[in-house]
Amino acid sequence: MPKRALVALALVLAASYGLHAQQVTYDRILRAAEEPQNWLTYSGGYFSQRYSSLKQIDTSNVRNLEIKWILPNQVFGAWQASPLVVDGIMYLTMRPNDIVAVDAKSGRVFWQYRYTNSPDQRVCCGSNNRGVAILGDTLYMATLDAHLVAVDAKTGRLLWNVEAGDPKLGYSMTLSPLVVKDKVIVGVGGGEYGIRGFLAAHDAHTGKELWRTYTIPGPGEKGHDSWRGEDWMHGGGSIWVTGSYDPALNLTYWGVGNPGPDWTPAQRPGDNLYTDSVIALDPETGAIKWHYQFTPNDGYDYDSVQVPVLADIDFRGTPTKAMMWANRNGFFYVLDRATGKFLSGTPFVKVNWASGHDANGRPIPTPQPTGMPTFPGNQGGTNWFSPSYSPRTGLFYVSAWLDYASIYRRQEVQYSAGRTFAGAFPITLTPVPGAPAPGIGRARPINNWTDAVAHGAVLAIDPKTGQQKWRFDQFDVTESGNLTTGGDLLFTGGREGYFYALDARTGAMLYRSTVGGQIANGPMTYSVDGKQYVAVISGNSLIVYGLRE
Amino acid sequence: MVSFARAVLIAVACLVMAFAARVGAQQNPQEHPGQYSQADVEAGSRLYSAQCQLCHGLTGDQVTGIDLRRGQFRRVSSDEDLARVITTGVQGTAMPPFALQPTEVNSVIAFIRAGFDPAGTAVKVGNAARGRELFAGKGACASCHRVNGRGPRVAPDLSDVGAVRSPGSLQRSVLDPSSQMMPINRPVRIVMKDGKTIAGRRLNEDTFTVQVIDEQERLVSVDKSGIKSMTVETKSSMPAYQGKLTADEISDVIAYLLTLRG
Repeated sequence: MPKRALVALALVLAASYGLHAQQVTYDRILRAAEEPQNWLTYSGGYFSQRYSSLKQIDTSNVRNLEIKWILPNQVFGAWQASPLVVDGIMYLTMRPNDIVAVDAKSGRVFWQYRYTNSPDQRVCCGSNNRGVAILGDTLYMATLDAHLVAVDAKTGRLLWNVEAGDPKLGYSMTLSPLVVKDKVIVGVGGGEYGIRGFLAAHDAHTGKELWRTYTIPGPGEKGHDSWRGEDWMHGGGSIWVTGSYDPALNLTYWGVGNPGPDWTPAQRPGDNLYTDSVIALDPETGAIKWHYQFTPNDGYDYDSVQVPVLADIDFRGTPTKAMMWANRNGFFYVLDRATGKFLSGTPFVKVNWASGHDANGRPIPTPQPTGMPTFPGNQGGTNWFSPSYSPRTGLFYVSAWLDYASIYRRQEVQYSAGRTFAGAFPITLTPVPGAPAPGIGRARPINNWTDAVAHGAVLAIDPKTGQQKWRFDQFDVTESGNLTTGGDLLFTGGREGYFYALDARTGAMLYRSTVGGQIANGPMTYSVDGKQYVAVISGNSLIVYGLRE
Repeated sequence: MVSFARAVLIAVACLVMAFAARVGAQQNPQEHPGQYSQADVEAGSRLYSAQCQLCHGLTGDQVTGIDLRRGQFRRVSSDEDLARVITTGVQGTAMPPFALQPTEVNSVIAFIRAGFDPAGTAVKVGNAARGRELFAGKGACASCHRVNGRGPRVAPDLSDVGAVRSPGSLQRSVLDPSSQMMPINRPVRIVMKDGKTIAGRRLNEDTFTVQVIDEQERLVSVDKSGIKSMTVETKSSMPAYQGKLTADEISDVIAYLLTLRG
């Protein structure tokens, strides 16, 4: 080989080495905890603890936080996205389906990718998107019209775009995808439109669907007998929040949404598997290895789409591969994530739809008489907002709605393709009939329901006992996610426009910043050039904090 | 002169009638003059699902500019207007005429007026012009409530009350104000740690602050860290209009209030 060609080859190799050095390999995602300066998945790592070992900002200096930069979105509405940060670059989705690449130190934008949704797209509850996933130099975004798109992380150029579900039938996607090995895993929303929910894995290079596992088993499949007749065809079971993965067990865990129609359980007798369940799947094949159903034959819209939080803990004297789950139905669960075995279920808010669980972990239902309130109400004891687990404190943290109930009305509904298939919308229990009630999001800066209808709190729960260790009360309800750090801090927000740093061990408020808009995303943290930052979204602004210098 | 036996008979008959009326009232506690029957509301709920939901949607707000559940319309105000639109449609729009029986039309209106609650109360909506006169005159509502920039600020400003309250809620407010006072409007009495007292109507509250309009119509924002005690009253100072206005007059006042949309 001529000398010049050798030099050229060396240059190419060097260039590609440089390129590869920046790539987010599967191995890097596996070991995300070893590079806490980055935030590589929706919840910060496969165990979905929304915990970072970064500790430059800690309980002693958090009062010195200041705003470093702000990035506004041009679109109004609850901005629920969780950013990723890779080697100083932040990747973030903006409502409805734009992606931006931002200098994580300065907030200056490198590029913006704009996606135009099909006019057929329909979503029940807002044009939300919760963020991108990354593998190599490719970003993956699930869209409102149920497409999965791949975008070049360096240029913002579209690489491919595949339809994952039919928006005309009410399929949509709002979640951040989960990359496992060479697959991009996504679930579909549409639980209010009579969809048949599913989880699918796409080839990370081509977008080709490799497997699809329905959350509603069809004829011949295990669990199908939990449905009557053809009810399964429109049985709901959406998946709209990102799951978790245990590489040692090679199981990926996903929470499944409500059955359809939402509020008419008599219309679909049976347990309605796998709605309101957690399913554990083999990521290679999509085969369901085990499931646990939190709310059989749900009539309360208790979607179980919460983030499955994984940790290896000492559970009552036994080293346990645990899954912790504060469910929309008001119970905090600990499951054995290897087998799905129920270990404990303890109410974390007032609950009256069930009195507890039998030895097998099946809830003992106590349906309330017609016209009487059911606790927790329709939006749940908690909902999709990210919980956190700190391995340092051993506590599980969740945003909860307290003293909140709904009165359910049962009304049969007929399925019509692409139209709402839900039943009669429940009425929130208020001191005065017809008084305002907290719905999804907060459109105005006035809390006109007050704590007489519902109020929020961050709860710190000891997974060993299910008991509350401390509670940080808020006057309004909260949809904020929670972040814990190696500095023993818990970052959270709420609807009132305050951003907080709490002492993760005691719940004491150490820092409060008035940010104005509601916080409806999960705060995250990263560092660039040795400086730690904390990012949170308030209203239409992404706000990044760092220590005052 | 009426014989003693006849007088006893009349007295007994009156007692029986009064008892029957009482039992009837207990069986149908929501069926007062000026309201639709519960059966109408339920029937309306079924008719709405079958006939109207396709275009107007599950919560009645799928057509731009219209929110049936909250009584927000483009062209109509009274129940008569609603009946006309349902039976004749609206030319040049997607709203077709519906060949419904008068009782069915009545039911759909009842369901709409019940705020889409099949178990809710649906109130008859009278004449807004007459209601406006009652508001300023006989009812003396304007002596405390402000509307569109006129009147005192002691009580809540009603300029948009028609957009935020259902007819049923408005009727209950007029008949029994304390039972309907929205939690946010509750009067508060705050004693600060320095001894200063603030009394007024609550406008907003969060974890750390509370905003009130005080009795001198000043806007005051209070940091809760400086508060010694705060009492939130649940009794309204507004008089109850039960017996002060007739059922028809109250329907008219409700019609007027529903026209106030900010």
